[in-house]
Amino acid sequence: MNNKGFEEDNEPWDLVLDPKTKWYSLRLNELFRFKDLLLLFVRRDFVSIYKQTILGPLWFFVQPIITSIIFAITFGMLGGISTDGLPQILFYLTGITLWNYFSDTLVKTSDTFTANASIFGKVYFPRLIVPLSVVLSNLVKFGIQFLLFLAVWLYYIITTDKVHPNSTILLIPFLILLMGFLGLAMGIIISSITTKYRDLKFLVSFGVQLLMYASPIVFPLSLVTEKYPQYKIFIIANPITSIIEAFKYAFLGVGELNFFYLGYSLLFTIVLFFIGLIIFNKVEKSFMDTV
Amino acid sequence: MSKIVLSAKNISKQYRLGQLGTGTISHDLNRWWHKARGKEDPYLQVGDANDRTSKGGSDYVWSLKDINFDVRQGDVLGIIGKNGAGKSTLLKILSQVTTQTTGQIKIRGRIAALLEVGTGFHPELTGRENIFLNGAILGMTKQEIKNKFDEIVNFSGVEKYIDTPVKRYSSGMMVRLGFAVAAHLEPEILIIDEVLAVGDAEFQKKCMGKIKNVAGEGRTVLFVSHNMQAMSSLCKNGILLKNGTIDEIGDINSCIKKYNGLFNDSVIGTASIKDRLERANSTGNILFNNIQAFSNGQKSWDFKYDEEIHLKFDCEVRTNSHGALFYMALLDPITTDVLTNIKVIVKEGPLQQGEKISFSIIIPSKTLRIGQFLLYFAIGDPQTQKWYDIVDSNVNLPALTITASDSDIHSNIGVFSIPYKIQINS
Repeated sequence: MNNKGFEEDNEPWDLVLDPKTKWYSLRLNELFRFKDLLLLFVRRDFVSIYKQTILGPLWFFVQPIITSIIFAITFGMLGGISTDGLPQILFYLTGITLWNYFSDTLVKTSDTFTANASIFGKVYFPRLIVPLSVVLSNLVKFGIQFLLFLAVWLYYIITTDKVHPNSTILLIPFLILLMGFLGLAMGIIISSITTKYRDLKFLVSFGVQLLMYASPIVFPLSLVTEKYPQYKIFIIANPITSIIEAFKYAFLGVGELNFFYLGYSLLFTIVLFFIGLIIFNKVEKSFMDTV
Repeated sequence: MSKIVLSAKNISKQYRLGQLGTGTISHDLNRWWHKARGKEDPYLQVGDANDRTSKGGSDYVWSLKDINFDVRQGDVLGIIGKNGAGKSTLLKILSQVTTQTTGQIKIRGRIAALLEVGTGFHPELTGRENIFLNGAILGMTKQEIKNKFDEIVNFSGVEKYIDTPVKRYSSGMMVRLGFAVAAHLEPEILIIDEVLAVGDAEFQKKCMGKIKNVAGEGRTVLFVSHNMQAMSSLCKNGILLKNGTIDEIGDINSCIKKYNGLFNDSVIGTASIKDRLERANSTGNILFNNIQAFSNGQKSWDFKYDEEIHLKFDCEVRTNSHGALFYMALLDPITTDVLTNIKVIVKEGPLQQGEKISFSIIIPSKTLRIGQFLLYFAIGDPQTQKWYDIVDSNVNLPALTITASDSDIHSNIGVFSIPYKIQINS
């Protein structure tokens, strides 16, 4: 050992740790090395929730069913809000299924740093693994709820002639991906900011609820076009709107499919995701000091 | 000479003291404003040295300041220092849990840190599932864990419960399982933080053996512990940290010697012991102010086997009391099991407030065998046997260290010499 460092040393270093890194060095290759960890986290999330329950993953069905029924009673029957002539349960269930994927991802990723501080404080692995695992485990949950939706959907196709699926259905994987990444992008930005200032945390849970009412979940976009065309721009500015509308259009044949709006949502998601990555990457290095 | 596998240059780490809150944002804005104009961070120029006993004027403190060292392949480097000297901060930076404020670290090969055993264990998952999860968190791939799975289970000794959720495990079983996974990591550089302070004696021996093996295989180990015996037997080189700077670097034994010396001038000083008592929120009627150890009339915690051990205690009576009962135990430094104890009334009552009590315990020479002994002592009421003040191993007292004397070669075996008589019958 010497602490003068005067001798020849030409071999390359495997890892150089500097206090600050360039904003574009995201070390994404490292993520790949930890892919097993990603899958184990997904498995952990999924397995641990339903240990010691009898119904297990069937519980995933309960929430969308009850919510659809409540929406049908309050907004459909009492409020008399139009559902574009569709069976109310199917209309609400369609929106809720996709919305849940977004909101679950957002809420769960938004406390990445604070909720995992005890692990992060003891061992290093690419922190992005955690929010990515949330996206994936929520995708599994979404898959199960999607099966429920498909069952209800098929039931209404057979028993009524109001449902008109069309070729837009091919867009579905893309729409789901977009929803997941939008939730992830917002989530990692919020989690990065809340490491130091917790103020935003108070906004998340009720902000997400407000956002739902600014998205066409409990009402069709056509209702806004019809009644308040001057405010439609605000609903459209919400990047979730066009995704939900396209999703509904694909399965139900009603709603508004607009590729210009969808392009906007795509661009919004991409830009937000990269901003999120950069902030997250900057914060992950030293958040332990402030969390 | 083997190649350098880890090189740290000018590592410094600054922390902000106090709570984060509304006041913090003004500093953040100021910092940002300086940066925007291309100036240096104004808060990097301030900051006190890392000395927790004195309260500095600045909101910022340098937990580490200008740390430079190189580690060569196959080195077992011991990092020692008092609580708060910056050991954990250094480990956190080396293991990438947090980042240094200034300086650069360069590493060759895979590095893994063991700052805690069983990181990320999920209580609902079974032992088997947690082995995979914990292994992956520490950086192993699924295939690597699969290959070593049987070995890990064997080492942990919890085969029977491997398919039971770990929430049903005893804390000892959790630790065993956690260490078993960690012990089967195979990084080129391994960082270990005092995880040996857990588990029973048998398991600790197993762990120490494992660490020795790791070092024997030519891998590099950075090891932090307060257990000087483990340090001197495992490590060749050492770094002694003091208030965030390197106080001594080089041979482990000279670091340990200097480390033990640190206590003689500060912690054993009257002020520090009083600090400790206030922190412990003690309401005792009699409190310890000071303890000093003398060998041959010199202040020292190092003794030769054939030297008398002289321990001097000073107490102060805070509230009128019946008398003073003194208790002292010698503990095994690894297991903290009581090896032997004494109980004696040092002062008959009644005692008046403000009265000082001073007494010495003298252990005859050739009583304690070679090794280390931790002190545990208390003062209490001789009538009710209630303890007013207890000084345990949470306080940074150095261990009594007994080394060999020239005159006796059998004194390195066992713990105590016993008094005996011999009777020759024919």
